Amino acid sequence: MLVLLPSILLLAVFVYGFIGRTVYVSLTDWGNDPAQALATNPIIRWVGLANYQDLFTGFLQLRFRQELVNTIFFTLFFILGCLGLGLGLALILDRNPKGEGLWRTIFLFPMSLSFIVTGTIWRWMLQPQGGLNQFPTVLGLPAGSFGWLSSTGAIWKFDWNKLPLLTAGVVALVLVWVAVRAARAGDRTRTIVAGLCAALLLGWALFVGPNVKLLPAPEPHGFNLALIGIILAAVWQMSGYTMALYLAGLRGIPEELREAARVDGANDFGMYRHVIFPLLAPITLSAMIILGHISLKIFDLVYAMAGPDNTYTSVPALNMYLTSFRQNQFALGAAIGTILLILVAFVIVPYLSSAFRGEEGHA
Amino acid sequence: MTTTVPASTVQPAPASRKTGLGRIGLYVLLVIAALFFLLPIYLLVATALKTPDAINLATTWQWPRALNWASFADAWAKIGGNVGNSLFLAVVSTILAAFLGSLNGYALSKWQFRGANILFALMLFGMFIPYQAVLIPLFQFVKSLGLYGSIWGLILAHVVYGLPITTLIFRNYYAEVPDALVEAATIDGAGFWSIYRQVILPLSVPAFVVVVIWEFTQVWNEFLFAATLTNTTSQPVTYALSQLAGGQAVSWNLPMAGAILAALPTLLVYILLGRYFVRGLLAGSVKG
Repeated sequence: MLVLLPSILLLAVFVYGFIGRTVYVSLTDWGNDPAQALATNPIIRWVGLANYQDLFTGFLQLRFRQELVNTIFFTLFFILGCLGLGLGLALILDRNPKGEGLWRTIFLFPMSLSFIVTGTIWRWMLQPQGGLNQFPTVLGLPAGSFGWLSSTGAIWKFDWNKLPLLTAGVVALVLVWVAVRAARAGDRTRTIVAGLCAALLLGWALFVGPNVKLLPAPEPHGFNLALIGIILAAVWQMSGYTMALYLAGLRGIPEELREAARVDGANDFGMYRHVIFPLLAPITLSAMIILGHISLKIFDLVYAMAGPDNTYTSVPALNMYLTSFRQNQFALGAAIGTILLILVAFVIVPYLSSAFRGEEGHA
Repeated sequence: MTTTVPASTVQPAPASRKTGLGRIGLYVLLVIAALFFLLPIYLLVATALKTPDAINLATTWQWPRALNWASFADAWAKIGGNVGNSLFLAVVSTILAAFLGSLNGYALSKWQFRGANILFALMLFGMFIPYQAVLIPLFQFVKSLGLYGSIWGLILAHVVYGLPITTLIFRNYYAEVPDALVEAATIDGAGFWSIYRQVILPLSVPAFVVVVIWEFTQVWNEFLFAATLTNTTSQPVTYALSQLAGGQAVSWNLPMAGAILAALPTLLVYILLGRYFVRGLLAGSVKG
């Protein structure tokens, strides 16, 4: 199709070509020597996986490791917050309160703002001695003292040295679960393969794992409390989106289904539990995937709220920008960009491929 | 097609209105939720209208005694030019991305060919990639074209990376247009382009509205490309605002007024045409 050709070429170059180029750059030392970084013809050497090794085990890259942990916790609580609040609001609006359009407008308007605007507003809301901390005084209570964006405390800490061990443990448990499910479904090959892999991993975790040391000294990382403020702002901005999804889903459930459930003697609770929530499951999955990829990429909100230099709240997406365009360490920045891409691909590729496989079977 | 959410279903279902305690509880919950969404806006407006010396952390929540509109003039003096940049950027990128997306959507939905779905999936992946993974080559490319620091480099980036979503929305919209219309035109001897001009384009107005609103909002609100590909004269408003708000010495009425200026265009679009905004929102999440 000739009409598609320009677009295909553009996307082939700008998406796939550029990704390839980024991966290549991440395997070189471009920018590690500041004198070469912005030279017209920089001397670039191939260094293999050295940049990745540096990020995960290098003494100087502690910030990146904290960011990886931050991004996981951020994603988890951001998704939970948006799903919970969004579903709650959708269930309320589904009961047809008066002025539904107005309520919907109120819950959705933050979606039309940029993360920079949201971040600017919430940064003011979360000032240490003002905003939210002053809010109780309006009701005659003492002011709060929580360091929304400035706290350096962390909970759920673990030693980075234990990461391979923890990862192996979690993956092994997932494989055990897969094996058990396959055994129940009577799929013998899958049972054997998954079971063997799980056994191998568990064996490794038991005998080799405890002796693996990524770093010479213990390095604790955990869920930094200052992230709570940023999660709050992100949920404020994006929960209207899940509300819109759920509301569309609820309105798509035919009234006859509800009637049928009532005729069968289900009360409201039972109807939601057995009829409505199962029907909303695919929407929940879509929402989780969309929110998850937004959250892995988020950085403008963090930039606007905590500033670019707050290492306690930083995320890899922000670090990539700073490393590449402030410090001109292009190879290291490209490595962070590649890691981000891998994280997002884990979320998106199964989603896209299942969507299109379903479609071709249908057509 | 596995469409999870038909966008047309966002409308009131037949009501089964009940009265009583449950209803009151419902409204109490709604009001609490609305406060959560509106209080930041109250604080934004109240702070923007205060004089710098009236801003005090302890009295954050009080409405200003005397309204001070000067903050807006000051903020406009600092970022007004950037608002202009954003406007130009968003309008040009939106028009180009919408037009190309419409052509793509038409070709993909009405001229089915082998591998069209795989091609489309590969296109859609471009919608989800973290731009950090293409940023360095993009920066180099824009620089080598001599467009670094000009708004055209930014427009190029936004058009290319806007293509997947605009194609998706148009393709889903054109899938609803009966194939018989296209077939009838083919029998009448119309080709690819004349069918597009005479049959498809006149039908596309609603889809164009959705795409234009959605894409305009996205481009206006974008930050990463804005921070990477431009310099002081061509920076869009998001970057200018982040600089305005990032300084420690600035008193808060200024960034708050700036935030209002930066938010107003997309907010107005949303309030006036929210229905189409939501449709774009849902389309972005709905599978092929």
